[in-house]
Amino acid sequence: MPATDRRDLRSRTRLFTAIVVLSNVTGNSLLTHGMQQLGDPGNTPLALIGALFHPWVAAGVALLIVWTLSHMALLSWADLSYVMPVTAIGYVLAAISGRFILGEDISVSRWAGILLITAGVMLVGRTNPATAGTVAE
Amino acid sequence: MKWFLVMVLVAATTAGDVFRSMGMKHHGEIHDFRPGAIGRALHALVQNRYVIVSTFSMAISFFAFIKLVAIAPMSFAVPMSAATFIPETILARFLLKERVDWQRWTGALLIASGVVFISQ
Repeated sequence: MPATDRRDLRSRTRLFTAIVVLSNVTGNSLLTHGMQQLGDPGNTPLALIGALFHPWVAAGVALLIVWTLSHMALLSWADLSYVMPVTAIGYVLAAISGRFILGEDISVSRWAGILLITAGVMLVGRTNPATAGTVAE
Repeated sequence: MKWFLVMVLVAATTAGDVFRSMGMKHHGEIHDFRPGAIGRALHALVQNRYVIVSTFSMAISFFAFIKLVAIAPMSFAVPMSAATFIPETILARFLLKERVDWQRWTGALLIASGVVFISQ
């Protein structure tokens, strides 16, 4: 693969990784916030569908649709063994946003987790995102 | 019940991710992001058997996770969901034929253990 194509692949992969991570973390937060405001909607399908019309839940679901589509697009060229670890930076983002937005404490073991995940993401992030190629039907 | 849900969660998430990756590799690289092209890609993907199995598996995974957090604390459910890193890396190597070098193995192990710590 020529150097310019490799650079293009890397920057496209970084952009989509950022979209996947941000849409997942924000979508899950909005969904959780909405469900907490709403309380237990019950187990009937109609009640669960009704919950989707709550504004926070609807915004969360919309972002999770963005997450699904961007995750699929990313997997159309990048390896699963690359995508899965690098998008785990979302766990770190969720912990740090919990600290700064919700004022939650970060314990020593949480800091250790943040360091381990960041090291793992950096290690995998150095590898070539696409080694398997596409398969023609 | 708790451990049964963990097994369902890990199996369904792993299957969902592996089939999604397989389906997208069969579909081919998406590089045109204009609305018409995205519509055509979605039309092809809803007929892609790997993507259909993946979506079904992801739905099972979602409901298993919701049920798990209802009966167990998040500090138990989240680290358990990280158990998928190991089987997914193994399947990526042997089923999807990806080149999983020492950096990817080490990275997956570091992240899986990091998730256990971060959920405490």
